[in-house]
Amino acid sequence: MTASPHPLAPELRLVSMRDLVWLVGSLLLVIAPHALRAPWWLPLLTLCLFAWRFQYALTRAPLPSRWLVLGVALVGMLGVWLEYRTLFGRQPGIVLLTLFAGLKLLETRSHRDAALAAFLGYFLIITNFLYTQSIPTAALMGVALFALTTTLIGFSAPQRAPRANARTAALLLAHAAPAALVLFLLFPRVQGPLWGLPQDAYTGMTGLSETMSPGNLSSLAQSDAIAFRAEFESDLPPPALRYWRGPVLWDFDGRTWSIGPGSLVNFAPPRGGRATYRYAVVLEPHNRHWLFALETAATVPERARMRFDGQLIALQPVRARMRYEMTSVVSPEPDAEAVSALRRALRLPRDYNPRATALAEQWRAQSSGDEDLLLRAIDFLKAGGYTYTLEPPLLGAHSVDEFLFSTKAGFCEHFASAFAFLMRAAGLPARVVTGYQGGELNPIDRVFTVRQSEAHAWTEVYLRNRGWVRVDPTGVAVPGRIESGLARAVPVGDPLPLLMQSRLEWLRGARYQWEALVHKWNLLVLGYNPERQRDLMSYVGMRDADWRTLTAALFSVLGVLTLVLLAWSLNRLVRPDPVQRAWAAFTRKLAARGVARAPHEGPRDYATRAARALPGAGWPILRIGALYIHLRYGRRNGGRGVAQLRRRVRELRLA
Amino acid sequence: MIGALLDRNPRIANWIYGFTPPERGVVVLVHRRVYIVPARLGWLFGATLVILLIGSINYALSLGFALTFLLAGMGLAGMVHTARNLARLAVSAGRAEPVFAGESAQFRLHLDGRAAFDRPAILARHVRSGAQLVVDVPASGDAEVVLAVPARSRGWLPLGRVMLETRFPLGLFRSWSYVEPDARCLVYPRPERAPLPPSSAEAAAGAQRSPVPGNDDFSGLRAYQRSDSPKHVAWKAVARSDSHYTRSDGMLTKQFTGEAGAELWLDWRLLPPGMAVEGRLSRLAGWVLAAERGGANYGLRLPGVEIAPGRGESHRGACLQALALYDLPATAEGAA
Repeated sequence: MTASPHPLAPELRLVSMRDLVWLVGSLLLVIAPHALRAPWWLPLLTLCLFAWRFQYALTRAPLPSRWLVLGVALVGMLGVWLEYRTLFGRQPGIVLLTLFAGLKLLETRSHRDAALAAFLGYFLIITNFLYTQSIPTAALMGVALFALTTTLIGFSAPQRAPRANARTAALLLAHAAPAALVLFLLFPRVQGPLWGLPQDAYTGMTGLSETMSPGNLSSLAQSDAIAFRAEFESDLPPPALRYWRGPVLWDFDGRTWSIGPGSLVNFAPPRGGRATYRYAVVLEPHNRHWLFALETAATVPERARMRFDGQLIALQPVRARMRYEMTSVVSPEPDAEAVSALRRALRLPRDYNPRATALAEQWRAQSSGDEDLLLRAIDFLKAGGYTYTLEPPLLGAHSVDEFLFSTKAGFCEHFASAFAFLMRAAGLPARVVTGYQGGELNPIDRVFTVRQSEAHAWTEVYLRNRGWVRVDPTGVAVPGRIESGLARAVPVGDPLPLLMQSRLEWLRGARYQWEALVHKWNLLVLGYNPERQRDLMSYVGMRDADWRTLTAALFSVLGVLTLVLLAWSLNRLVRPDPVQRAWAAFTRKLAARGVARAPHEGPRDYATRAARALPGAGWPILRIGALYIHLRYGRRNGGRGVAQLRRRVRELRLA
Repeated sequence: MIGALLDRNPRIANWIYGFTPPERGVVVLVHRRVYIVPARLGWLFGATLVILLIGSINYALSLGFALTFLLAGMGLAGMVHTARNLARLAVSAGRAEPVFAGESAQFRLHLDGRAAFDRPAILARHVRSGAQLVVDVPASGDAEVVLAVPARSRGWLPLGRVMLETRFPLGLFRSWSYVEPDARCLVYPRPERAPLPPSSAEAAAGAQRSPVPGNDDFSGLRAYQRSDSPKHVAWKAVARSDSHYTRSDGMLTKQFTGEAGAELWLDWRLLPPGMAVEGRLSRLAGWVLAAERGGANYGLRLPGVEIAPGRGESHRGACLQALALYDLPATAEGAA
């Protein structure tokens, strides 16, 4: 065998300008969303690298030496280290990968290198999903996938028009879709992670935190992001009851409220209650343990426990969208509280907020009992002339005093913090509860959506015979907040989250449609996990399907799919010429009468011989022969001649 | 390694490849004859898929799974498409014009797509010589490949095994098939430049009197003979006749007279007695070419072969063929 270079070997085929344009174009599509998240110099540097490669292609200069490329790589790594102080982790890793895609192009000479760059592009697609798996991202990445595939096909068929290659890419993806769907549904899913994830793997998730200090809820309230969705089985609770309980804050250090230590308890369902609501919550990941439920939770979801203060705690931090069924009751019978907990609910730091402390002590002296004291405090807030704002003034060391007596403007955290402080100072056990208040029903799919902008803080006060009683100081001071939501409660002119602005009313309809779609997407596509897979399997009648069953099912379906595809592609091949087919039928007919065509015999000789051998049908045979020759070798006669030939062959009677 | 092994054991190769060469007529690459294995890029693609899968599991990325599985399905579909690019391709060999030893035989392979889709980037590679060419077969169309196979020695040069290979569309799989069409090329001896032998005197004298058939002046028509050059067929006369399917016996050939040349015998015995057979044949071939160029009437005498003097394309061909096949075992008669 001689060792002449193999013209189809990718390592021997040089990248053309067209290949490069396609490759860079599709890589840019993949990288584009990262440019918004990465440090400013990354897109710049990557573009420079791409442009540099193009310059080499235009001037046909030899590519830069390995050392130069290595030097650029080191500079890039230094940049990453200066930016993040580490080379590992999600964000630095992605920045490095993006840089390497540019560097890979700089040493791309052959189609083999280019194909590897395209594979890197496929890998970069998935890095986008680390940040968001929304429908627009999926659509953009679908386009990028298509472009990368077209690029890859272009390497195998450099002479072919890009349009034809794009069509092939679409065909391939269409053929891949059934197999992909089967794999998606049946591939045995494992609950990740397989190993420890980098420290920054879950940054960027918004939500409530373990602590509350002035300003952090109001900044959260500017966000339109969705906190969770709830699907109610029947009626919705009225707006005044839409309190979604989250972290309960016990400890106050003068400025910040925090959860503090707390024990998990064996859950005992509450007794009594006015109304019962059954619903399912689809919680967005927030990388914390707590779950949200309408007050008061009457069940505990799977793989979750309840804290002693009625807070639902998941055993694992919620790092993926999570769905759980809940039942809640309104105003159940109170439980007795432990003495130690009550003592903790009275604790206050010394020497803070002297005016508020004095006021509380004055109330205590004047009032006849706890309930009377509570009413006095509520009256104080009602008459105080407080305003509700998303941009509260900054507060100093005595934050409660300043809020109550001088600034008189704040967000719910200010109200809750001040009220709990007053209660404790007056000797009434109180705690701050954070969570969400409100929500919005999507009329399209009847899903109830709660956003970060509905983050709220309220207080609970312990009354001896009624247990913990919810008091919402914001609602007391600014009643509009609870009944009609945030938008009505803040003064005109305050900045509001975009979707709450009333002048964008026309956007609502479209938004409802969109959110219904997103919810479906979340549940069906993104929410497909090992549990859902088990549900699906038992739905189709495979109970307790383990990975072996799944694998067996998977391979059988995949095998069938491949065979179908193969049959399809062969079917496309067997497209016999209708003229040829009619002729074959003709020769079969004659062969049955003992006049088989000899391999060397042309149609004219054959027809003549057959006409002589079967004189009864001589004339029709000769006519068929002449027509066949005309159709086959003459100028094309369109469909009529073909039909005529078919008819004549069919009607040929050989006596 | 396996390829080399199969080359040395053609019977095993035939058994494995599923056909016995040479194959007459149109060879259709049925499925059984199309092989497919992952190319090196295919393995790298597989590795990429594994990394993507691990990433998707680790970060519980639903869309990551979707991407991984879509790519896996694409690899699978790509495999079918790569095999399809060759499957049912119809290969036939065309006529190869005779060449001189030392030149390259131009074998024509006709690839008929026989499909509604195009078949891009098909490599035809002559296994023995490594001659190769990449060709695109258009949708419901055909393409021709010319393989330049070096002709080293005189005689019939069979085409031998040709590999058809493709990696389209994704380059992840390599699909190939072997054909060995029944095609052969006549290889004349390598001509040696040498001065012509002197023409015999009596032949020279005779040449003065009788008109010698030549190419220069039209002198009349005679019945067509199979060896006549198509250039000399009286096509106008053919066109005038009614029958569309003219048999050769109805055709006429224009006759020309040339300048009377000397009659020349290119005789094996004129060569030095000690000369080797191949050297003699080379010398004679050179003489044939020189005589044809010189416009002489020449005949050829080999041991056991005598070709009467004549001139022209076909005469030259007959002489060279006699030289090419001199003393070679007769091969199976095929379409020459």
